[in-house]
Amino acid sequence: MSSDIVNLSRRRFIAGSATLGGALVLGFHLDPRSRAQAAPEAAPSVQLNAFLTIAADGAITVYVKHSEMGQGVLTSIPMIIAEELDADWSRVTALPGDARPEFAHAQWGIQATGGSTSTYTSFEQMRKVGATARAMLLQAAAARSKLDAKDLRTEGGAVIGPETGQRWTYGELAGDAAKLTPPTDIALKERKDFKLIGKRQHRLDGRAKVTGSAGFGIDVRVPGMLYARVLHAPVFGATLKSFDDKRATAIKGVRHVVQIHSGVAVVGDHWWAAKQGVDAIDAQWELGDHASFSSESQRQEMGKLLKGDGASAKAVGDVAAAMAEAKDPIEAEYDFPYLSHAPMEPMNATAEVREDGVTVWAPTQFQTFDQMAAARVAGVTPDKVVLHTTLLGGGFGRRATPSSDFVSEAVAIAKAVKAPVQLLWAREDDIKGGYYRPRTRVTAKLALDADKRPAALRVKIANQSIMLGTPFAPDLKEGGVDPSQVEGLDNWPYAVPNLSVSYHMAKAAVPVLWWRSVGHSFSAYVKETLIDEAAVAAGVDPIDYRIELLKAHPREVALLQKLKEVSNWGKATEGRHQGVAIHESFGSLVGHVVEISLTGGELKMHKLTSVVDCGSVVNPDTVKAQIMGGGLMGLSAALGEAITFKDGKVVQSNFTDYPILSIAKAPAVEVHILESGAKMGGVGEPGTPPAAPALANAIAAASGKRLRDLPLDLASLKA
Amino acid sequence: MKLNINGRDHEVDAPDDMPLLWVLRDLVGLTGTKYGCGVAQCGSCTVQLDGVPMRSCSLPVVGVAGRKIVTIEGLADGDTLHAVQQAWLDLDVVQCGYCQSGQIMSAAALLASNAKPSDADIDTAMAGNLCRCATYPRIRAAIHAAAAKLGEGSAQS
Ligand code: FES
Ligand code: FES
Repeated sequence: MSSDIVNLSRRRFIAGSATLGGALVLGFHLDPRSRAQAAPEAAPSVQLNAFLTIAADGAITVYVKHSEMGQGVLTSIPMIIAEELDADWSRVTALPGDARPEFAHAQWGIQATGGSTSTYTSFEQMRKVGATARAMLLQAAAARSKLDAKDLRTEGGAVIGPETGQRWTYGELAGDAAKLTPPTDIALKERKDFKLIGKRQHRLDGRAKVTGSAGFGIDVRVPGMLYARVLHAPVFGATLKSFDDKRATAIKGVRHVVQIHSGVAVVGDHWWAAKQGVDAIDAQWELGDHASFSSESQRQEMGKLLKGDGASAKAVGDVAAAMAEAKDPIEAEYDFPYLSHAPMEPMNATAEVREDGVTVWAPTQFQTFDQMAAARVAGVTPDKVVLHTTLLGGGFGRRATPSSDFVSEAVAIAKAVKAPVQLLWAREDDIKGGYYRPRTRVTAKLALDADKRPAALRVKIANQSIMLGTPFAPDLKEGGVDPSQVEGLDNWPYAVPNLSVSYHMAKAAVPVLWWRSVGHSFSAYVKETLIDEAAVAAGVDPIDYRIELLKAHPREVALLQKLKEVSNWGKATEGRHQGVAIHESFGSLVGHVVEISLTGGELKMHKLTSVVDCGSVVNPDTVKAQIMGGGLMGLSAALGEAITFKDGKVVQSNFTDYPILSIAKAPAVEVHILESGAKMGGVGEPGTPPAAPALANAIAAASGKRLRDLPLDLASLKA
Repeated sequence: MKLNINGRDHEVDAPDDMPLLWVLRDLVGLTGTKYGCGVAQCGSCTVQLDGVPMRSCSLPVVGVAGRKIVTIEGLADGDTLHAVQQAWLDLDVVQCGYCQSGQIMSAAALLASNAKPSDADIDTAMAGNLCRCATYPRIRAAIHAAAAKLGEGSAQS
């Protein structure tokens, strides 16, 4: 078995074991260094609380409540704890936290990872976890040495006394410390004393990920496990009339064919059998109303919606009056496609359903919902569901489904065949099977005054609500405004005396979901290309124009100035063109400059220069990596990603027709961090929104053409 | 049939047309090689076959019997990482990490045939290895770093 599954129940749980009960607790062992060296069972360890165990040999294991999907929480969260604990960083390892109440999100009350919130919402909590453990270890050392705790200090994973040689390692003290009552009022370090926070640390999951031993969802191996794939309806909302499994059951290795709530599951000795089995099922479907749906029909329907008034998301001044006086306003229409998250690891989950309960292993961003869904499907109470979080081969929002689609399927199949089952969707099932960034149409009308500065702006947004029909529906605003679909425009930052933003809710059977940066994934495009058009109309440098209109926003101004300084702005060599865009999202502000050339309509992206202000930083290296990856994902979508429909069916199926960015097209990237000292924000998503508009603005600078629809119609530049 | 994987012989009972990827993962138990698309479009499943990077999702197992198969699990020399793996660690290339077994197998094969690749060489050789986290700029830098390291070694010996 290549992924090291560690039996945590073999360890001694002294404190915090109540919720674990007698359950077998498995975790993926992610030793960053040599596997032999860490061998966690080697030394008996003590669990100080839900987040932390200390082994007798001083090895510290941190259980990270947020899911690791590439963003680096498996390193940044342990850094925060180790900082306050004064741990020896070289002895710290991290494991993904299983579903348990202590791991609830600090703001949402459920265990979940999303909204770029992990590090900043748990920052104080994790500092307290570390500081509390440190205080208990200090107290244990005081009791043992009969010294006053005030005369003791901590350093490098040990308590140190005033006399030479007085040193007690955390490993020695952990057993005593765990018997103490955790103190409630503890002092946290001053920022200036930080040794780890703010300094680059290598990723703790690095070694496992370069040696192939990292445990993703599809790497879970349970004794007696079978492999499954599900045949889904060809059209959303279709119902199964009948199916013939003769050809499927004739395939070597196929064991079961069972109908479940979402389709027909084929279960086999290996996934290849299940894969072929699904291809061989002959199914008859009642297609339903959605069969007449197409991207074109939806375009027209949204066009009608946009003619109406919609629901007001923001209203300032008197837009109608200002528009009546306006001369030659900029009028723009945008069309943004459905987007697939397409994380590299396709959807999967592993489940075992027993008489006494259920065990699930899942690469998930939504542990609590998944635990409840597994209980519902298996017919047990949620406390009978043990859910182990694996590593996630990318998430981008796709693994935060309120419906728990892939977990529900795995549990249903495991229950039906009475054996542990690993469900894996084929890539085609993922591209065709839903959850997409909503297809969105926007119209905008921007009137400029005599000085070519914004006088009035009307923006209308039409798309499907993500929140409607989910447990998040109570967050919908008056009139049915989905706040996640107007974000980034309802807080339009550029000075304008008259502003109206409205939301026009569209309906369709297509399942929609948050895709990296949610509404900002299109709102930044509207805002940043529109203001660029205004700058061009005014004949002012696009950065200077923005700075002038952002007098009330010093943080934005500082970012733009920094961007100008580091991006070689305005000094591109002959034949190269630059475009700029900035956007605030998830508490952070990011600006990109994209430098391109356009020869005979052939686009080449040379460089992406970014500045991020996320307030303050835990691990600068992962911050840079996230802004880089987020920015490039935005460019990827702009260049060629689109999910379209014909006769109710998704047209695309795999990376062949849903192209994601390859290294051959990726520009060089340079990321600068601007530590403004503002409240800490997120970094997983904010890099994405300003990327596509910066590219579009560069294309406009090069060609004079405004491409308002995404993906960019590069062929039109050749004309 | 008999497969030689990472220097060891394995006897497997698989249908002839079963792709090597699933033989490795579900029959042999080597899960480091990943599934991303199944149609030779993403590179997640890259292994080396007689030193050449191949997409194992599209290699019927019958054709690889008796040939030398190296997977990510067999790239390091015991505890000593391959120069490419070490460069990946030094530069913290990985994000989610899912594509990285394939990236590393392709990069190691590239350096075996081209000791000092240019950015353009890298882009060509690695274009079939997709990374949704878009770690590409660091992949380029790490390949250059590994090339430099390997160059030092061969200059000394
Ligand atoms: S899984 Fe083989 S290339 Fe994608
Ligand atoms: S690191 Fe996530 S797909 Fe490459």
